[in-house]
Amino acid sequence: MKTVNVSLVGVGGQGILLTANLLADAAALSGLDVKKSEIHGMAQRGGSVISSVRFGDEVHSPIIPEGQSDVLVAFDRLEGLRWQGFLAKGGKVLMNNVDLVPVTVSSGLQQPVTDFEARLAKAFPDVILVDAAKIADEVGNARTMNMVIAGALSALVPFEESKWIEAMERMLTGPKAKLLPVNKEAFARGRKVVLG
Amino acid sequence: MSTKKVLLSANEAVARGAAQAGCIVASAYPGTPSTEILENIAKFKDTVKCEWAVNEKVAMETAIGASMAGARSLTAMKHVGLNVAMDPLMTFTYVGATGGMVVVTADDPGMHSSQNEQDNRNIAKFARAPMFEPSDSQEAYDMVQAAFETSEKYRVPCFLRLTTRTSHSSSLVDLGEFHPAPHPVIPYVKDITHTIPVPAFARGQRLAAQKREQEMARAASHSKFNRIEPGKKQVGIITSGVAYQYVKEVFPEFTILKLGWTNPFPAELVKKFAKTVRHVLVVEELDPFIESQVRALGIKVQSHKTELNMLELNPDRLQNLRHELLKDVPKAKPTKPDPSLPTRPPVLCAGCGHRGVFYVLHKLGATVTGDIGCYTLGAFPPLNAMDSTICMGASIGNAAGMRKAGLKGRICAVLGDSTFFHSGLTGILSAHYNGTPVTTVVLDNRITAMTGHQDNPGTGKTLAGDPAPVTEIAAVAKAMGYKKVATVSADDLGELEKVLKDALDGDEGAVIIAYAPCRIAAKLTKEGLCAVDEKKCKACGACFKMGCPAMTRGKEAAPGRFQMKIDPSLCAGCKQCQQVCKFGAITRVR
Repeated sequence: MKTVNVSLVGVGGQGILLTANLLADAAALSGLDVKKSEIHGMAQRGGSVISSVRFGDEVHSPIIPEGQSDVLVAFDRLEGLRWQGFLAKGGKVLMNNVDLVPVTVSSGLQQPVTDFEARLAKAFPDVILVDAAKIADEVGNARTMNMVIAGALSALVPFEESKWIEAMERMLTGPKAKLLPVNKEAFARGRKVVLG
Repeated sequence: MSTKKVLLSANEAVARGAAQAGCIVASAYPGTPSTEILENIAKFKDTVKCEWAVNEKVAMETAIGASMAGARSLTAMKHVGLNVAMDPLMTFTYVGATGGMVVVTADDPGMHSSQNEQDNRNIAKFARAPMFEPSDSQEAYDMVQAAFETSEKYRVPCFLRLTTRTSHSSSLVDLGEFHPAPHPVIPYVKDITHTIPVPAFARGQRLAAQKREQEMARAASHSKFNRIEPGKKQVGIITSGVAYQYVKEVFPEFTILKLGWTNPFPAELVKKFAKTVRHVLVVEELDPFIESQVRALGIKVQSHKTELNMLELNPDRLQNLRHELLKDVPKAKPTKPDPSLPTRPPVLCAGCGHRGVFYVLHKLGATVTGDIGCYTLGAFPPLNAMDSTICMGASIGNAAGMRKAGLKGRICAVLGDSTFFHSGLTGILSAHYNGTPVTTVVLDNRITAMTGHQDNPGTGKTLAGDPAPVTEIAAVAKAMGYKKVATVSADDLGELEKVLKDALDGDEGAVIIAYAPCRIAAKLTKEGLCAVDEKKCKACGACFKMGCPAMTRGKEAAPGRFQMKIDPSLCAGCKQCQQVCKFGAITRVR
């Protein structure tokens, strides 16, 4: 299998690194070679976060070459716009329908983007938009937002749904095991957004 | 592919490899990107005695002591941490290891989380110590075990050099038969001709170090970690570390000499390799460490204009190299994000106790010598309250020097609790001894926050999770002889201003502890909630000068003047903003 590249971008605290872990584990459980890379220096303090996952028969570089992401997962619309250069020609965009206003804007130090919608439409004509926060609320746990996105992402990568569930079961063990049902539901709802 | 493989970061793999090799003592100070090594070794605390030392020098000395006592030991640190630990290292390479000792240095090409970019391969060479450079997690696991063997065989501490990209990337690792158990301790025999390097003994050890270096260089030439991967012979590429992965990505068809044991330099193997290819190209991250040694052998190395010797490498930079040399690929597209978008830099969290201190210091117009921690963010708008940051603990000596140089006005040293324990103790003692009136503010949040919340002598807990005695910074300062010592709540701006003004305007040294636990570590992010009364808010903008992420622009009261609105999902209820509002518009609602 040719190497598939997935970039995940968003804001520290949104569960991006956990989603990347799940994707990487699911790929490994599918018998593929995997590399996952992240830079999380001061990310906890509300900064921009990027994680990369690559899988295939044999993966060398942990960094995805510029413009070669087959899937761009944006947990925040501004971050999606910021890192649009990651996307390969014909790549798919999965976007969380959320705008987290950066403190530079909320405090008035920098100006907000005025033509935001137009820029998004231009950059991502075929975007898959997911109301992950709303769905997470509906399943009864706002913290499962990233599982909704993982579910949607599962419909865009070439391995079985069961591997994702297996990876989730490996991740949520011990006292966290009681969170499995709600996470599985969030995942299923996200997957449905893409598959209908 | 075997399903036995597990997905691990190189840091996690090093921890497992060390446990598997029978490491008995592991000591470190947290520092990105190395921190997770000890956190993961702590999972094997039944077989490895692991600890957070107060700094890298003590960590190195502890590992040395364990090695002298015959046990396998490990110390891990970020690149600048090794600067702190250089003193014991440079002599221990003379004394020599008994139990295998591994020094992990995690360098940060591209400075993702550091104040400089130093290539610590130079330090391995400087110290005449062997060094392995893994390119992925499997190699990290294998090489750390080989490093223990090598250290014991040649009686010298052995380096394992990671980088941010290897430390924080995950790849599949075959752990083999994984049975962590302590390696047998070599019985201790007192022999001062080895362990006390007075000149008479040290001269002999200097000669021995030379001989050992030559032996190791020969061994490196035959190491399984230094291998030739056959391919087209038009270009032969010598590479090491994660750069190897980028070479495989961008130059897959060419012959590669993949170096994993890079110091002492495997000259014999390099000479042999150079004879088999038409052109030799060296691809390595940071300094021309390998390249200069290849050139020193009289081998012609392909020169190029593409800059590779600074900042982090990536496949795009190698593509540009290929474009220059072979002209068979296009130049890589620039990776810069759209500059017209608002940035999202890291900020002090909502409710962070550091914020109030910087707000007050800015108000008092102090020159602030800063230090290493989350609080370096106090340097940036809108707080703008820090003048310098050099290294761990430098704030105090820097402030003393500024004072001695005659700099007028208020001068304040600011550092965190963990940084104080790391390197601030000697600073305040030296200032006190010399009668230099330095005001030192310790931002005491009772955790090592920036590296991800590690314990320290102020937290009451060890790395292994056991209870520990708590060292109170105020008591330490008093014991040194400081008369002006005060502890203030960092959330109480009025009291902070009063105490700081008094200290900064006085003519004696002072140690002020600004106390507020890190709200994330202490799980106090939802302690309360503040809100703005729209009828009272005059849109004066005073609160916005605090730069709290929970504050957003509300109604535009006059052109360009906005009321403040609090985002209830982010507000921690610290009440700092309430204290800067002259109109009583901010109240705590919960």
